[in-house]
Order: sequence, then C-alpha cells, then structure tokens
Amino acid sequence: MSRLTELFEQKNKRVLNVYCTAGYPQLNSTMEVMESLQKNGANIIELGMPYSDPLADGEVIQNSSLAALENGMTIDALFEQLATMRTSIHIPVVLMGYMNPILQYGFELFCKKAKLLGVDGLILPDLPLYEFEQVYGSTIKANDLDFIFLVTPETPETRLRKLDSLSSGFLYAVSSSATTGTDKDFTKVAKYLERLKSMQLTNPFLVGFGIKDKASFDAVNVYANGAIIGSAYIQALSKGKDVETTTKTFLEGVLSN
Amino acid sequence: MHLFNELTNYQQPSEEGYYGQYGGAYIPEMLYSNVETLKTQYLQIMDDPAFKAEVAALLKDYVGRPTPLFYAERLSAEIGAKIYLKREDLCHTGAHKINNTVGQIILAQRLGKKKIIAETGAGQHGVATATVCALKGMECVVYMGEKDIERQAPNVARMKMLGATVVPAKSGSKTLKDATNEAIRAWINEPDTTHYIIGSVVGPHPYPDMVARFQSVISTEMRTQLEAVTGSQLPTHVVACVGGGSNAAGAFYHYLNEPSVELVAVEAAGHGVYSGMSAATTQLGSAGILHGSKSIVMQTKDGQVVEPHSISAGLDYPGIGPLHAFLYESKRGTFMSATDEAALEWAFHLSEIEGIIPALETAHAFAVLPEMNLKPTDVVIVCLSGRGDKDLATYMQAMDIK
Repeated sequence: MSRLTELFEQKNKRVLNVYCTAGYPQLNSTMEVMESLQKNGANIIELGMPYSDPLADGEVIQNSSLAALENGMTIDALFEQLATMRTSIHIPVVLMGYMNPILQYGFELFCKKAKLLGVDGLILPDLPLYEFEQVYGSTIKANDLDFIFLVTPETPETRLRKLDSLSSGFLYAVSSSATTGTDKDFTKVAKYLERLKSMQLTNPFLVGFGIKDKASFDAVNVYANGAIIGSAYIQALSKGKDVETTTKTFLEGVLSN
Repeated sequence: MHLFNELTNYQQPSEEGYYGQYGGAYIPEMLYSNVETLKTQYLQIMDDPAFKAEVAALLKDYVGRPTPLFYAERLSAEIGAKIYLKREDLCHTGAHKINNTVGQIILAQRLGKKKIIAETGAGQHGVATATVCALKGMECVVYMGEKDIERQAPNVARMKMLGATVVPAKSGSKTLKDATNEAIRAWINEPDTTHYIIGSVVGPHPYPDMVARFQSVISTEMRTQLEAVTGSQLPTHVVACVGGGSNAAGAFYHYLNEPSVELVAVEAAGHGVYSGMSAATTQLGSAGILHGSKSIVMQTKDGQVVEPHSISAGLDYPGIGPLHAFLYESKRGTFMSATDEAALEWAFHLSEIEGIIPALETAHAFAVLPEMNLKPTDVVIVCLSGRGDKDLATYMQAMDIK
C-alpha cells in the first residue's frame, strides 16, 4: 500500500498538504524545510521542482522558483539532497513540477530515481489527460508512483470521473480556475466542493489554490478530506527569520482549534 | 506514437494538434474547458459561410487586402533572380498580424466572449489586437514585457490610444516569453468571459493551426497574383522571417504540399548563431515544451528555458511554432539565419534600392538572398511582413553610428 493510501486510511479529515519549493530559501534548505513541516504537523509534503516558466503559478511561487534556480537548484541537485530523505521523513512526499525539465532529464529515469529515493507521487500540472494515457502514464504506474490529477469547477463530470479513476493517492481539487496564490471567496467554492463530496469519488480529495490560513483551511474541510497550502507558506518563509520558527508559527496558526 | 502520416498533408495536424512529434496541448486543467471549446468549434466556425464572408469583408475594406505582389526590379537585377515582394507592410496597422486578429475577434464574438487578452513582443500584434477590439467594442488587455515596453514606446502609445490596457510583464526576463506566460495566467484567472488572441503559430492546439489558417490568406493571394504575372502559381522559393512563425506559416501555407516550391525560413542569429546572443531556435534548441505545445525550444541541459537575443523584438523568442519545428525536422523547410548586423544593413539597403523601409524582423528575410545561390530563372517571393515605422529609433541610432 502506498504511503498516501495508508495516510488516508488512518486520517481522512483535515489532512494538511504543504507545498515548498526545492532549493528555497537557500539551495540547501530543502531537507530542513521538509523536516520542519513534518515536525509541526503537515501530513503530506508537496515538493516543487523549480521551472523558468511555471504557467499555473502566481507571483509568490514564481519568485520562489526563480530564486531556487538562481540558487542552483536542478533535478540532479534535488535528488542528491533527497538521497537520505527516508531516514528522517516518514510522511508522504509528492513531487510537483512542469514537464520540460523532466523531459530533458529523461522521463523514465526521473520516475525510477524518484521512486528509489522514496518519493510517493507526482503532480505535473502541464501533463494533460491525453498525453498521460498515450505516453507517460504507463511509465509512472510501472514505477509504482501515485499520480495526482487536478480538477476544477469547470471540469465536466465524465472527465472528472475519468481523472479520478486515473489518479491514485488523492485528487487535487483546484478551488476555482486561477493561478496559485489568488484570494478566494469560499462561500462560492462551497457549492462545487459539496458536489465533489456527493460524487463519491474513488480518491479522497484535497483542495488547493487560495488556502492560506485557519479560516480558509476550516472552510474547505467541511467538504474535503483536507487542503493544500502553498503560496501563503512560501510568503511566510520569504519574510520569516529562520525556517523552524516560521514553519512552527505558520502551521500552529492553520491547525489551531 | 504521434507518427505523422506521410500521405496526409502538411496543412493538417492530427486531431490532437500534432505535426509529427511536435504540437499537442500541454496545458493545466484550469484551461481545459476553454481550449476544448476552441478545439471542437474552430473549424466549424471558420467553415461557416457567414463567418467567412464577415472576415473577407473586413480584410478587404478595413485591412486593405489583397496586398500587392510587387516585382522588385532593382533587387532582382542585383541578386540575379526574379524577386517578388508580398506587401504585408501595406496592411492596416503595418504588418500581417491583423490578418489573424480580424479572424479571431469575430471568432471570439461567436463564442460569446466579452474581453480579449493578448501578448506582444514588438507591439505589432498588440496594436493589431487593440485595433480590432476598438472596431468591435471589446475590452482589450495586452501583456507586454517591461523591457519591450521601454524599447517599443510608439506601439505602446498606439495601443493606449486605441483604448487597450497595457500590462507590463515583470516576471522572468521581462520580454515576449514572459508576456506570453502572463497572458496565459490571466486567461487561467478569467476563463469564462475572456478569449486569448495568440499572435503567432504557437501555444496549445488548436492555436498553431488556427493562426496558420487565418494567415494563409497571404499565400492564397500569392498564388493568384503570381499566376497573373508569370502564368504559374508556383514560385521556386518563398522566403519569410521566423520568430514564432506566423507570417512564414501564412506565406508557406498553400505551398506546403507543393514539393517543387522551396520554403525558406529565416531565423534571427543575433550577434551570430553560436555567440550566446542569438534567437536561432532550430540551430540552438532541442525538443521541449513551452507555452502549451511541444516544439523546438532554446533551453539549458536542465530544461530551463533560456533568454534569446535579437535586435528585433518580434523575433526575440526562444521557441518556434510546432509546424515549423516539423518543417525543420522533416527537411521540408530550409532554415537559414541572419545576424542583427545583416538585418540592419538590409533594412537600409531595401530602403535605398526599392523605396521600402521594412520592419527589422522582415529585414532578416532579405539578408539571406545573396546566400541562396539563386539562378536567373528562379522566381522568389519574399514575404514583406511589416513596415519599419516602429523601428525608426533603431534606424536613427544606426545612422548616427554610420
């Protein structure tokens, strides 16, 4: 059983997935950030691999990606940093990134190495359903990695069911069609999440885009199995003093009762 | 996978938008509904007689088509071949870009869209988009790299005068590549009411095919016009400059399946192809994904897209349309390049011997003529894609140095 499946069997409410950019704020911050996230209550880590042209990301994550690239982050450097990851990280780790750097690295080699290092799944926003089915999906599955598709309020039901059936681990419910880091009115999002909940999907679903604090985390957890926080945490990291203090304060805020 | 059927023609990508291995739609799910709607409807809309008539009427009375095919006598004598110029520079707004924006604005109306967004490099596509938006009373937002806003001030002023909002793209390298990212992000944030008019044969399927079809009016006219003067619709060569490749796609389109016609695409070599300051994508790039399609992309070994250089903002792009990538790979197209210096020289030379001041982009196409080993019997059409008004500041600087 995959770490993600196991997690959701034990906890299917208020699952917190936190995004961080590999190589940010410093090139060698990656493991420190991940350990700090685990220690302070994150249930899943979504580790972003920086790309020069991240289409689905808003300004905050664009800037952290650019900074990480300037710090010298590459897929090779990241894999080196993750070499002993599983001696300290016990929660699921999902790699998020764009297709081009992975294609240059070699898609199959990338999947193999990621699996070997203990990575659990992939989120590749610019790998569409058609390409997944025709070309890349088989390699991902052959390497026993979970693949998490994004769905939006505009995704038609038949397509949504298909994306759900091809996903494993969880389904990524984008709160509304937008780039990351955009503020949301969650009373409007509620209807869509209610519909998702009533569909009785194969996978648990986490809501992402616009989740930034306790209020938004609580709001989507009425319907969802949990949520993904990205830009708000990166913003905190960019302003905070040290990784541990920043992460502790940030996650305490989100998870407080 | 995605094997190109040799028996099908170069004009028609596969159902999923592939020309050989290039094309497709590598887009986030947030754009799926919009792109899918376009994909299922564009051919039907473009085939509708009422739509065709509306576009044709605007191209004639508003854009000023057909544009002339002009026999360049002095240039022909100098090069030693018969050289004809397809005068896209005489289009309203000064370049071929408006052929596409006229078509797409009417298409956007058919799709019930209220707002138009666009990206622009040199500002020609931005001006052409702002123009048709003014004509149709649609809201218009143009994304333009902060650096390009500085170096193309007259076009920024034109867009504003036409009622468009010009938004500086401040991310990345602050040029065309980043303006395109920003436009795509803006589209993601407002998918229901907005149509994105891409200015070149790039982006996710169906854009490359759709833009090529709107621009194909160039070669439709070339065929009839050439026949009227030479008795044959077929030249020996068609030459066009290529950034993303929209004027080349339009000039090549109705010759793609005529193997006797050599199609010459001219890329911007900047300071020299291997100088590290170049935009010669096919020479320096490799297969990759940029702006929603698979094509040839200038990138590092780690797959990060690199910043190109060209003196012309319109060719300053690290990718190339998937059709052109396929023409390059299949060797159907001949790819050449011209440096900043050669382009500048030819901008002046063409002005002096034919009385036509070309855009800097266009000047690249002329710069390769002496290297083509042309024979007196050759009949060459050069796509004169735009006029040089917007480049006057650069030309004035060059005259000072001279």
